[in-house]
Amino acid sequence: MHELLIPASGKPQFLLGNEAIVRGALESGVGFVAAYPGTPSSEIIDRFSQLGTEAGIYVEYSVNEKVSLEVACAAAISGVRSLCAMKHVGMNVAADAFMTLAYVGVKAGMVIVVADDPFLHSSQNEQDTRYYAKMSGVPMLEPATPEEAYRMSIEAFKISEKFGVPCLLRTTTRVNHCRGPVNTGRIEPGKVSGTFTKDPFNLVVIPAVGRKLRLAQIERGKKLLAETGEGELGIITSGISFLHVKDAVRDLGLEDRVKILKVGFTGPYPKAVVRGFLAGVGKVLIVEEGEPVLEEAVRLIAQEAKSAVEIAGKGEGLVPRAFELDPVKVKRAMSHFFDIPFEPPRAAAAPELPQRPPNLCAGCPHRATYYSVKKVFGEEAVYPSDIGCYTLGVLPPLKMADFLICMGSGVSTAGGFSKVLDRPVVAFIGDSTFFHSGIPGLINAVSHGHQFLLVILDNGTTAMTGHQPHPGVELTPAGKIEPKVSLEKLVRGCGVERVAVINPLQIKKSREVLQDFKSKMNQDGVSVIISKSPCPLFETRILRKKKKIVFSVEGEGACDSCARACMTELGCPAFSLDTSETGEQRVRISETLCSGCGVCSQICDSVKPKRIS
Amino acid sequence: MMPMGTENKAVRIFFTGVGGQGTLLATRLVGEAVLEENLPVLMSEIHGMAQRGGVVESSVVLGSASSPTVADGEADVIMAFEPLEAARALPKCNVKTIVITNTTPILPFTVATGQSTYPDTGALYGMLEPQIGELIKVDADALAGSVQAERSSNVVMIGVLAGTGILPVSKASWEQALRKILPPRLIEANLRAFESGYQAGAKKSRVRK
Repeated sequence: MHELLIPASGKPQFLLGNEAIVRGALESGVGFVAAYPGTPSSEIIDRFSQLGTEAGIYVEYSVNEKVSLEVACAAAISGVRSLCAMKHVGMNVAADAFMTLAYVGVKAGMVIVVADDPFLHSSQNEQDTRYYAKMSGVPMLEPATPEEAYRMSIEAFKISEKFGVPCLLRTTTRVNHCRGPVNTGRIEPGKVSGTFTKDPFNLVVIPAVGRKLRLAQIERGKKLLAETGEGELGIITSGISFLHVKDAVRDLGLEDRVKILKVGFTGPYPKAVVRGFLAGVGKVLIVEEGEPVLEEAVRLIAQEAKSAVEIAGKGEGLVPRAFELDPVKVKRAMSHFFDIPFEPPRAAAAPELPQRPPNLCAGCPHRATYYSVKKVFGEEAVYPSDIGCYTLGVLPPLKMADFLICMGSGVSTAGGFSKVLDRPVVAFIGDSTFFHSGIPGLINAVSHGHQFLLVILDNGTTAMTGHQPHPGVELTPAGKIEPKVSLEKLVRGCGVERVAVINPLQIKKSREVLQDFKSKMNQDGVSVIISKSPCPLFETRILRKKKKIVFSVEGEGACDSCARACMTELGCPAFSLDTSETGEQRVRISETLCSGCGVCSQICDSVKPKRIS
Repeated sequence: MMPMGTENKAVRIFFTGVGGQGTLLATRLVGEAVLEENLPVLMSEIHGMAQRGGVVESSVVLGSASSPTVADGEADVIMAFEPLEAARALPKCNVKTIVITNTTPILPFTVATGQSTYPDTGALYGMLEPQIGELIKVDADALAGSVQAERSSNVVMIGVLAGTGILPVSKASWEQALRKILPPRLIEANLRAFESGYQAGAKKSRVRK
């Protein structure tokens, strides 16, 4: 039995915040789950997917976040409790659907988990999802610990059902990826089929319907406010920041002087509770990560209540706006605002050390693609890129990414660049990202005759987030299958005339195709090369393939008078430069790291295959 | 010196290593073992880049603390699975911090390709020692190899932590946690790895059990 299905035993389980959310949903009778993976939210959909038929509910890896929200809301409109989970930037993709679903509402509970990533551990920005709650009038809960994530996941379904509107469950990386004890309860079998009652004048949002629903949305907001009840030096905080505050207050020995209000229901903020809290304190510090959302809400409430309490939050010497908080940053802000002595821990200075950036794995086919494209198109070309493992190609020695803002932008921006620049444009996008949001950009390029080459890096999986499937997947645990959607047919269906599929591990052939495409680049619009070779990590895991061949540098003096293109142009992490006692330098290939892809042996004669047992 | 965390004091442990070393499993092992003792515990991990040779950091906080985040200067223990990463974790240390480090280097990509050079490990230790409480050096890879558990240097490291008696966790609880989170076929080799680390840790530390 999957550990998330184990009946409650009275002994806590040590769960990841994301797992706690899954457990809460299972106990709330969730019947329909859809998501596109994205750090730090991925384990939610991954765990649901692992539960498989055991949980008896419907689970899908949707093609993108907007689609996940749309399929899940259809379930909830039909009376089936649903959940979707995404990272903060995924909410931007889903926002079009989300903002109007906030009008239409749901019939059964629907929870939308949005995971923010302060400090951008694995994201392109640090946006604050709390604004979406404010903008949409959709209720929002913010847990601080795995235990709270579990309880609020249950509570979110209740709130959603009670008010007939989806409920946001907003987390941050330190909540998603924190593991702590969770006391679980009874799992409720989820209903997986529903009923649909035709009701177009509430469900089809033409302007007349939208106007009516807009007024209902405002009324609902008032009800939500009335619903959230109860509640010298005051601190108002929410989410993970609450834990930093607790430690800070204890470390400063201020337990008797500081009163803390921890807000769990943060959209809308509980006015009566905050007003009551303000009445009992002389000064209030607002401690929150990200934007001053809570601070502005408190200032507004204070102004309405004609409160004279001194309020502070973001600002010089106070709570920083960028990146994550920790107990020391909170102590510093408290010391400054409450005028309390604080000696920060004497942390040692960061030494100057060689960096250890993440890198494309040994044997990664993306490296081979980049190598060949660079050989043919050189420094002259502009290389818009996209989001996935292959973004790591930005690092030296490959340096094959010139522009990136979001999922799908590689294709569309290539179109723009090609219109205004007098240089070749070669765009890169991964297979999963292409399905997610690359297709409209490609159709746009075809219809406007944009002249660039799009290289789809097809490694047969969603590698970056942990090998989740997508519509073009061929390798599955059950063996090789025909893809549900063929990339090549899809690209041709978008109207692209010049399409080729290459195996990037074959350097000579790949270069010939690239040369051919380059020579025809200014003829008729966009062309596409599908560079197809499976992610070696995925292949090993799925097919349990054992490597039989590795490569090594053979022959005395073979490495002596060489420009070392292997190091300066290919940059495989299995390679290292060894210096002998006599000062001679020689390239070595780690047998452990080498995956046996053989790309290096095609660019250097000294590299030879070697059979291993 | 008594084990930490016995008087309901907080212990903050910061883990650092390289993608592929199994640091997250090791972190989980510590969390589960503490939970076996019915002590409050929170574990924090950062995913995303774990497989791609970058730095992987995580933490376990037990006892009376609430925040899972280890701020600069607030680590009581550093578990470094690689010597360069031990040095990189220096800002997390204060003058009392105990640093347990594996001595087997893993060359960063920037070094392997000749863009930078790997510092002399002796110099790394020399830089660490005067700024922290205690440095415990272990060749975890060699120990793992000596008990035919080559892939379990991460569990050797946890054995060392257990052997020092720094944490209020009994040997039975450590082994129970190990059996709980590992698949059955890997348990024997990992118990051997744990034991080899445990013996090394018991010898190295000044901590009295």
